[in-house]
Amino acid sequence: MKPDRQVGIVGYGAYVPRYRLPAVEVSRVWTGGQGGVPIEEKSVPGLDEDTATIAIEAARNALRRGLVDAQDLRAVWVGSESHPYAVKPTGTIVAEAIGATPAVSAGDWQFACKAGTEALQAAIGLVGSGMADYAMAIGADTAQGRPGDALEYTTAAGGAAYIVGPRERSLAYLEGSYSFVTDTPDFFRRPYRHYPEHGGRFTGEPAYFKHITHSVQALLEELRLEPADFAAAVFHQPNVKFPQRVAQMLGFNKEQIKTGLLAGQVGNTYAAAAMLGLTAVLDVARPGDRILLASFGSGAGSDAFSLVVTEAITERQALAPFTRAYVARRKQIDYGVYVRYRHKLEMH
Amino acid sequence: MNVARYWRTEKTRYGLVGETCRVCGKPIFPPRDLCPHCTEAGQDLRTFGGRGEVYSFAHVTDAPAGYTEYQPYTVALIKLEEGPLLTAQLTDVDQSDVRIGMPVEMVTRKLKEEGENGMVVYGYKFRPVMHE
Repeated sequence: MKPDRQVGIVGYGAYVPRYRLPAVEVSRVWTGGQGGVPIEEKSVPGLDEDTATIAIEAARNALRRGLVDAQDLRAVWVGSESHPYAVKPTGTIVAEAIGATPAVSAGDWQFACKAGTEALQAAIGLVGSGMADYAMAIGADTAQGRPGDALEYTTAAGGAAYIVGPRERSLAYLEGSYSFVTDTPDFFRRPYRHYPEHGGRFTGEPAYFKHITHSVQALLEELRLEPADFAAAVFHQPNVKFPQRVAQMLGFNKEQIKTGLLAGQVGNTYAAAAMLGLTAVLDVARPGDRILLASFGSGAGSDAFSLVVTEAITERQALAPFTRAYVARRKQIDYGVYVRYRHKLEMH
Repeated sequence: MNVARYWRTEKTRYGLVGETCRVCGKPIFPPRDLCPHCTEAGQDLRTFGGRGEVYSFAHVTDAPAGYTEYQPYTVALIKLEEGPLLTAQLTDVDQSDVRIGMPVEMVTRKLKEEGENGMVVYGYKFRPVMHE
């Protein structure tokens, strides 16, 4: 897919909470330390953090790099599966906090881990149609895993924000995008339920791998590109193995995915995961680099984007904290503190 | 905090929106009807940059109602770069690392929740500066 008007990423920003729970802590409590763990450690939001606060900091960082006045944004869209309110938009809180109100569209998107890139597709459409000059798409989550479940090792918190604008103002312009979606119930959470259900191994082949391979292959065919044409590729990262394997299946090598693969250090930040990986790639990107972004959301679908970095990036990268600085800013906690921070204690 | 008060003060809480006195030109935070410096009425809104330093602080281990969920935490007087002195919680910092003169920056965080059915109250806190 390509919009009529050429667009690109004008600004981007990341956020990762400070706290880290090593995966071996989950293993220690629930399996007696037996068996392997899918990541090294995951980020844990502090007691005063939620999807709105995470989105606000990522959004402020995107505005700093974009050199865009918040009053010029015509959309602030937040993709998440952990919005603070069941009814009341996160988007209005973020828009108000960054100074984008009132001449702006604001709302929330829901598509499991690809809610953020769904908002990004829409922002591309809004700017690409000429309806707006600037639109912000955010992926942010404070994901929850049931105690003792396989998901508890990886469910993490983080956010990434992107300002889509005209190509001539962009740090990376869009070559094209593609969305591939089917009704595949690999993972879901019913209303009023705190923890999601998932299909175990079913989340792999018919869900994650099928949807990402289809979206990326279709995009590459549309753009007549090969994996070797890309300096970097970022895939949704529920763990470390899945993105490594899907990269191999599609013909990308380890070097291409290394910079954007953060899951081992921060876990699965859900709607932020792939978008956060892209911020780490953009932090060190050079003009001319071509970058692939491919999300995955359970339910299920994948959005794929091809971006080419412009000359403007070099003077903007340092205008906000680097993603690696957020990753390095860590305070390790144990399972007991994690239980408190994630509100898993029932007071009777 | 009732809904009307929350709404009336949210710009101030979310993003450090204060005022500049039209008469004496001094910065004012939080907004007031009369300038605390020259007592004249009439101010223009301004957004403060969010940088400052810890002027003084106290650790809270026995928090008032509504804040017990977050204890222990640190409350500080923050001297903004533009001049005003304000009270705020510190966040993302160990108590043993807090010191007078520590450079801090504003972040928007959850201040409290008004029970399971009530609003989430967001507002400014300060943390050690992580980006120059």
